Amino acid sequence: MNSLLVQGLMHAYPDGTQALFGVDLSIERGERVALLGPNGAGKTTLVMHLNGILAPSLGTVSVGGLPVTRENLREIRRRVGLVFQDPDDQLFMPTVREDVAFGPANLGIRGRQLELRVQEALERVGMLDMIDRPPHHLSGGQRRRVALATVLAMEPEILVLDEPSSNLDPAARRELADILRDLEITVLMVTHDLPYAFELCERSVILSSGTIAADGPTTAILADPGLLSRHRLELPCGFTIQTPM
Amino acid sequence: MAAGHIHRLHSPGDTTIHRLPPQCKLASMIAFTLVVVATDPTRFPAFGLYALLLATVAVAARIPPAFLARRMVVEVPFVIFALALPFLAQGDRLIVLGLEMSADGLLAAWNILAKATLGVIASILLAATTEPRALLLGAQRMRLPAPLTQIAAFMLRYLDVIVDEMRRMRIARESRGFVARDLRHLPVVARSAGALFIRSYERGERVHLAMLSRGYTGTMPIIHDVRGTAAQWALAAMLPTAAAAVLLGGLL
Repeated sequence: MNSLLVQGLMHAYPDGTQALFGVDLSIERGERVALLGPNGAGKTTLVMHLNGILAPSLGTVSVGGLPVTRENLREIRRRVGLVFQDPDDQLFMPTVREDVAFGPANLGIRGRQLELRVQEALERVGMLDMIDRPPHHLSGGQRRRVALATVLAMEPEILVLDEPSSNLDPAARRELADILRDLEITVLMVTHDLPYAFELCERSVILSSGTIAADGPTTAILADPGLLSRHRLELPCGFTIQTPM
Repeated sequence: MAAGHIHRLHSPGDTTIHRLPPQCKLASMIAFTLVVVATDPTRFPAFGLYALLLATVAVAARIPPAFLARRMVVEVPFVIFALALPFLAQGDRLIVLGLEMSADGLLAAWNILAKATLGVIASILLAATTEPRALLLGAQRMRLPAPLTQIAAFMLRYLDVIVDEMRRMRIARESRGFVARDLRHLPVVARSAGALFIRSYERGERVHLAMLSRGYTGTMPIIHDVRGTAAQWALAAMLPTAAAAVLLGGLL
């Protein structure tokens, strides 16, 4: 079954600026897909449609078979776990425990069950020791992992990560990659960090000027310098990928 | 990152007073202050007894006098105002220490000073024995409107973030050779303040998006609910009850 199905998605902002011109994207359960694209390609606009923050001008989005509509909003937001780029935006509660509990508590989970959810989510990102700390006393890497735990606690169908590797030091970047690889969950990762996409995602999609410009195995996409440069994407200096024969 | 100055009012401890549920302490403090304010200012001994009651609480909570004294600096503007009153007010004049002053003004000054001081000490004791977060939970339990407690909670959470942002902006200004020397530099500082306001506003929008994404519907779920036991409420009620006894004892 599809974790995510986007069909013919178009979006124009109220001021008339059109950001998406018919996006089609289907992600199977358990896949890890990188969403690549230059600044202003419409990546954030697309992400905001996945959990119903923005409504499509035309086209449909469904998550795990459930269409994103006003009536389904609550369930959709449980199914789509959005991890924002700046953990300070995501971690707004006074302690890690309360922050991780916020989502499931909004779903009506209380008491012992809630505590179990919180502990399990923190365990999965290796942050159980920090449960009673205030989020703003944690390091950047730790904050990113707690932000991940806050959405894992909602047991989402698909994890949507916005620039997960930004502002992380190399060790924190690798630790996050190890955690993501072990999660066994559908992932859509929005990034400019092409080596990170290569490391974690078997499939990549390039979004450019509001449409899907390429969709295929990450190795094939990253090994095509012409394709990358047409969409203002570049591998870091000294980084090359051999096309699998 | 520093522990942040929001905790400077709090004096961690594990006394009976510290352990009381926040709503009990909040109710006790408010009731005590009301009794103090309702007292006739000419009943001088009553104020001494009130001060004695607060001293008992401070001893029970192991709050050192120096801690209290340092935090009472917030009262200074009121003290200055009160000290000016005897000289500014109208009415019968009398000579004290060779200075001519108004009798009504003197009484008004005493009224403000005594009541404000008792109120400030009571609030310092409350803040010293209750974590800021717990205070908000207490206010929430006492049915303070949710938007108010949520605004206060977010202020607590983001104060450090905003102060940090302000510091980075100052460093960026100074790195480009800016030094605020006189009033003519005010527009630059004002523009920074404006930029900080817009950044904070935009952060607010992003935080709201993050909340919606996790199923926020307008109310914060109460995750740790603390209820006061009858014994705890009785203990908290002792302070205002004793104060009320002093007040009524004088009226009879």
